[in-house]
Amino acid sequence: MNKRAMYFLLPLIAFLFMAVFLYRGLYSDATELESVLIGKPVPQFTLQDIYQQDKQHDAAIFKGQPLLLNVWATWCPTCRAEHTFLNSLAAQGVKIVGLNYKDDRSKAIKWLEQLGNPYQVNLYDGKGLLALDLGVYGAPETYFIDSQGVIRYRHVGDVNARNWQETLGPIFSGLE
Amino acid sequence: MNKHLRSILVALCFCVPLVANAAIEAHEFDSPEQEELFRELTRELRCPKCQNNNISDSNAGLAQDLREKTYQMVKSGSDKQQVLDYMVARYGNFVRYDPPLTPAVLTLWLAPIGIIFIGGFTVWRLARRKKSAQPELDSQEQQRLAELLKQTEQKK
Repeated sequence: MNKRAMYFLLPLIAFLFMAVFLYRGLYSDATELESVLIGKPVPQFTLQDIYQQDKQHDAAIFKGQPLLLNVWATWCPTCRAEHTFLNSLAAQGVKIVGLNYKDDRSKAIKWLEQLGNPYQVNLYDGKGLLALDLGVYGAPETYFIDSQGVIRYRHVGDVNARNWQETLGPIFSGLE
Repeated sequence: MNKHLRSILVALCFCVPLVANAAIEAHEFDSPEQEELFRELTRELRCPKCQNNNISDSNAGLAQDLREKTYQMVKSGSDKQQVLDYMVARYGNFVRYDPPLTPAVLTLWLAPIGIIFIGGFTVWRLARRKKSAQPELDSQEQQRLAELLKQTEQKK
């Protein structure tokens, strides 16, 4: 390449690079944080079942098949918005574990009775212990966990038909 | 103005509420060092939910939880690094207002300096080229120049 072309092309390339970078920044959501637990197993925990206080669950429930871990609470309006879609996902055969986060147990049970229960297992995390270990910073959050119990993806915000079809569904069916 | 009214107004001026920045919570510590460490940590830890607040300023539920966790850890004798490691393991470096020097951070700091350097270099190169590009007149051209100058002088 001759020198003149270089003088022309280099700034052009630099400009295009910056333009793409800044353009992406324009639409990136600054409130969406990358989870540091991607690629790591679900932290150890022992939590009560939401229905039965004497029934305990631990991280073993995440082994065997890919599933979703949905963090929800009755005080979270977005959780209500996504609940219907979770019901339909469960009806399609998607396995979902529910983590009731810093909530009132009786309110949560009432919610499940009224709105339906899409969850295979219902964990009750009244103090937010597992949620803290997971780095949950707001409900709803949904973790994609493979059959080895390793976290592969985290989605912050509601799961709905659109983002499931566009991004989340393919990620879930890609889990091993 | 009524004298009484004036004194009341003056008194009112002193009633401007002093807005406390940090959330008020009663924490008991074993030593002043622990308290100081707690203060330092809650100022340096960033609330992941309510961005641009540290966990000392924020009253979000999550910030309260993280404050409480920090308190428990400090109280049970953890040092600063242990608390920071605990938080970073869960929320990433985002949670620190004083993040470690990773390649990404380094790029962020050095890129502007690099760009200024490249710009300066380019200007210097261009300036040099312009100077050296000034064509020298050979003897024939000099002669012609002298003639032209003479002609214009004669015309005056």
